[in-house]
Amino acid sequence: MRTGHEIREAIARKQTSALEVVEQALESAGRLETELHAYIRLLPERARIKAREIDAAVTRGDKLGPLAGVPIAVKDIFTVAGEIATAGSKILENFRSPYSATVVEKLERAGAVIIGKTNMDEFAMGSSCENSAFFPTRNPWDVTRVPGGSSGGSAATVGAGTVPIGLGTDTGGSIREPASFCNIVGVKPTYGRVSRFGMIAFASSLDQAGPMTADVRDAAQTLEVIAGFDEFDSTSVDVPVSDYTAALRDDLSGVRVGIVAEFEAEIGASDPALAALYKAAYADLERLGATLVEVHLPHARYGLATYYLIAPAECSSNLARYDGARYGRRVQNGGDVFEMFERTRAAGFGDEVKRRIILGTYALSAGYYDAYYVRAQKIRTLIKRDFDTSFAACDVIACPAVSCAPFELGQKMQDPVSMYLMDYFTIPMSLAGIPALSVPAGYVTGLPVGLQIVAPAFEEARMLGIAHAYEAATGHARRREPPLAGAAR
Amino acid sequence: MSTKVANAAATDYEPVIGLEVHVELKTNSKMFCGCRNEFGAEPNSLVCPICLGFPGTLPVINRKAVEYLCKTGLALGCSIAAHSKFDRKNYFYPDMPKNYQISQYDMPLTTGGSVTLPSGKRVRLNRIHLEEDTGKNVHAGGRMAGAEYTLIDYNRAGVPLMEIVTEPDLSSPDEAEAYLVQLKAVLSALGVSDVKMHEGSLRCDANVSIRPAGSSALGTKAEVKNMNSFRSVVSALEYEIARQKASLAAGERIVQETRNWDEARKLTYSTRSKEQAHDYRYFPDPDLVPLSLEPATLERWRAELPELPLAKRGRFMESYGLSDYDATILSADIPTAVFFEAVVAASGEPKAAANWMLNDVPRALEKHGLTIESTRMKPGQLAELIKLVKSGTISGKAAKEICEAMVADGEDPQAVIAQRGLAQVSDEAAIAKLVDEALAANPDSIASYKAGKTKALEFVVGQVMKASRGKANVEIVRAALIKRLE
Ligand SMILES: [Zn+2]
Repeated sequence: MRTGHEIREAIARKQTSALEVVEQALESAGRLETELHAYIRLLPERARIKAREIDAAVTRGDKLGPLAGVPIAVKDIFTVAGEIATAGSKILENFRSPYSATVVEKLERAGAVIIGKTNMDEFAMGSSCENSAFFPTRNPWDVTRVPGGSSGGSAATVGAGTVPIGLGTDTGGSIREPASFCNIVGVKPTYGRVSRFGMIAFASSLDQAGPMTADVRDAAQTLEVIAGFDEFDSTSVDVPVSDYTAALRDDLSGVRVGIVAEFEAEIGASDPALAALYKAAYADLERLGATLVEVHLPHARYGLATYYLIAPAECSSNLARYDGARYGRRVQNGGDVFEMFERTRAAGFGDEVKRRIILGTYALSAGYYDAYYVRAQKIRTLIKRDFDTSFAACDVIACPAVSCAPFELGQKMQDPVSMYLMDYFTIPMSLAGIPALSVPAGYVTGLPVGLQIVAPAFEEARMLGIAHAYEAATGHARRREPPLAGAAR
Repeated sequence: MSTKVANAAATDYEPVIGLEVHVELKTNSKMFCGCRNEFGAEPNSLVCPICLGFPGTLPVINRKAVEYLCKTGLALGCSIAAHSKFDRKNYFYPDMPKNYQISQYDMPLTTGGSVTLPSGKRVRLNRIHLEEDTGKNVHAGGRMAGAEYTLIDYNRAGVPLMEIVTEPDLSSPDEAEAYLVQLKAVLSALGVSDVKMHEGSLRCDANVSIRPAGSSALGTKAEVKNMNSFRSVVSALEYEIARQKASLAAGERIVQETRNWDEARKLTYSTRSKEQAHDYRYFPDPDLVPLSLEPATLERWRAELPELPLAKRGRFMESYGLSDYDATILSADIPTAVFFEAVVAASGEPKAAANWMLNDVPRALEKHGLTIESTRMKPGQLAELIKLVKSGTISGKAAKEICEAMVADGEDPQAVIAQRGLAQVSDEAAIAKLVDEALAANPDSIASYKAGKTKALEFVVGQVMKASRGKANVEIVRAALIKRLE
C-alpha cells in the first residue's frame, strides 16, 4: 500500500484499520526522523483520536470521506486548532493557533488524519529547507542533499513513503521544486483556487496551498477536497470545482503540448544531461499522442527580478505583525514597547527573512515605489500575457521544473542569488497565477527530477489528466525506491 | 524691533482651516471580521483571531460599512467611485495588531461633494475613504516613552472608520464648529454613526495655517490633534491661530508639525513626533480584491436616503412658520425632530410646540438626566399640555411645573393637575373676593395708584396671585383690580 486511494480502499473494505495505518505512519516517521528531519512536530494523540473516529465510522457503515483514514503531513505554515504553528520560525515557536486553516478543516472533514507538522524554510522563504530556524530536512534519495524547499518536510516524508499525501504551499516554486527533488507529484493550483485562510502569509498575491502526493490520482483527489471558494478569503474565486479524478486519462491524442523555446535554450546551455532528460520526457508525451508546438515566453527571463520585488514587498508588510505583543516570542529587556518590537524581531527572524524584509521595505519606500513595485507589477502583466498568447497555440505547456538535480546541503547557502535561481522555471507561473505541477520524470546521476506541466487558469482538470497519462506510461517513481524508504510496502 | 517684525506685526492675517473628521460607522460587526462593533465593553472582549492579526488570518470587507459610507457620500453630493481599492498603510504601533492599517490611499470610495452650512456657505469635501480603527493604548505613567508598561485594548481595533476630509475652506473657528454641527446632523439623520465625540465615534483633526488677508497662497500648516469636543475644537483653533500670528509677529517661521491640544492647559504643543519622517509605504492590500459598485446598487441606496437636516429645516420654516434659528435646532437631531412633528400633529400648534421643545423640555431632560429618546413623556401628552394652556385651564407657570413632571415620570397632564391642584382659577366671583382681601390688606397701594404710580397695581396683582398660590388667572385678576380702583 503506497497511495492514499489504495489506503482508503483497504480501510473501507476493512482489510486494515485507520488506526493501524496511522500507527505504521507514526512508526515510520519516528524511525526516519533521526536521518530525515522532516517533522517539526508529530501529532500522535490527535492522529489516533481521528483514526479511531474513522474506524468507528467504518464499523457503523457510515459513508466515508474521500480521504478517510489516509495519513497526511501538513506543512507547519498551516494552522491546526489547538496546535503550534511555527512557519519554521523562532518567532512563532510557541504560537498555538486558536483556529484551523480552511484547507485543514476540509482535509479533516474528508477523513484525512494529520500525523504531524512538517519542516520548511522560515516563512516559506527558501528553496532547500535549510532556512528552517530549527534544522534542515534531508532528501530521502541522498541524505547529504537537500529535499528542496520551502515545502521540504512534506516532500521528504511523502518521498520516503511515510505518508502518501503532504500539504505544501507554493509562492514561487515551493511545492514544485521539492516535489521534483523528492520524486513525488506536487501541484500548485490557480491563484484563488484554494483558500489561503489559515495559511501563514509570505507573499499574499502569490501564495497557494497544494497537494504533494505519491501519485497523480492522490493529487487530483486531494485538490478536489481542498479547492473551492471560501468566504473567509476574499481572493479565493467562486468557480465550481471540477471532478479532477474523473478527468484522469491514459492517452494524449489531440493534446497540443507547448515547449518553451526560451527555457530549452536556457537549460541546454546550463545542464546538458538534464536537458536530455527533458527532451526524452517531451518525446514520451508525443508517443502518447500529443503534438508538440513551440511557444515563447519572452518576458519569463524577467520573472526572477519581478518576483524578488513583489514577494519581498508583500512579506515586509505581512511579517510586520510579529512584534511580540500578542503572541509568539517576545524579547523584553527593559525599554519601551518599540524597543521590545525591535529586540523581538532581531532575535526572532533568521537572516533570509531579514534580507527579504529589508528588500521589500526598500522597494515600497517613497521615491522607489514606482521604479520598483509598480514596474514589477507591469512586468507581471506582460508575463501573464505571454502565457495567454502561448495558450492560444497549445493546451498545456511542458517544461523543466528545476534547473538542476538535488544539490548538497550548504552548497548554496552562502550565495542567495544562486539559491533564488532554483526557482527560474517555476516563478513565471506563480506571477501569472496559473496552475502548474511537477511529476516525476526520471533520474540524473541517480537523483530524481520532475517535469513541469502548466495549464491556463482553472484548467487543473486538464493539467492533472495529462500528467496522469504521462505518469501511467512512464512510471518513473514506481520503478525505484529511495534509499531511505518509509515502510515495508 | 526690526523692520521685518514690524511689518509682520502690521500685517492682517486670516486663518485657513481644513478638517479631517474620523467617524466610526455604526455597523453590527467590525470592518473585516465578525466581531461585534460596540462601545464600552470589557477590554479585549470583542476580539477574534482576525482583528487581532493572528498568523494566517485574512480580512473580508463589511458590505454594510461600504453602504454607510456611500450613503454619506450620496447625501453630501460626492462622486462615488465605481471602482476603488484598499491599501495598506505600514507603520509600527502597538495599538495596530498587524502593524499596518487597511485604508484607502489613491482610490477612495468618494471624491468631491460638500457640506452646506446654515449660513449658505458650501464647505467643499476632498474625499471620504474607508479604513479600520486602531485599538487603544494605556501607558502606565501616561506617555509611551519610558512607560513602565503599556496595556492594549483591541476592542476598537478593526471598527469601520470613515475619514471625511475637507478642502481648506473654513475661515474661522466658529465656521469650523458650524461645519461639525452640520456634518453631525447629516450623519445622525443617515443613522450611519453614533457621532459621539466624547466616546470617540466622531474625532476631528484640524489643519491650520494663516496667510495675509486677501492672499490666495496657503501658509505652512500645523496639524492639530486631540480635541475632544466641538468646544475644544473652537478653543484649540483660536489658540493655534493666535499662536501662529504671534510667531510671525516675532519674526519666526511656522513649522509644519503635529500639535496636540491640551484641554487642561488650553494650549497646543508640538508632539515632536517623527511624523514627518514617516514613510507609510502604501501599497494595494493583496488580501482584498478591488471593490466595484453597480450603478443599480447606488441608485437603491440613493432612494433609501432619509430627509436631510437642511431640507428638514427648510420644511419646518415653510410649513410651521418657525424662525431660521428654531428650525435649525429642531431639525439637527432626528429624535427631537420626530418628537416635535408628532406634537405638532397632535396639537395643531407648531409655534407653541417649538417653544416647548426648545426651552422647557430640554431643561427638564437635562435636570433629570434623560434624553428625548429615554423620557417616558409621549408627544400626545405635550400636545395636551399645549391645549390646556391655550384654553386657560392652567397658567403658564403651572404648565412649566407639569411639563417637568411629565418629562420625569411620563404622567398625563390632567393627572398632575389633579394631584397638585394646579387648575387655573378663572371664576370671577372668587377672584373678586381675593382682590377685595388684597386691597383691604394694602390700603397704601390704593393711594399710590391713585397718585399715578402704576407700579402699585402690579404689586397688588402679585399679592392676589400669591394668595391664590399662583392658580388665579392673572389677566382676570388684573381686569378685576382695575375695575375696582376706577
Ligand atoms: Zn474580530
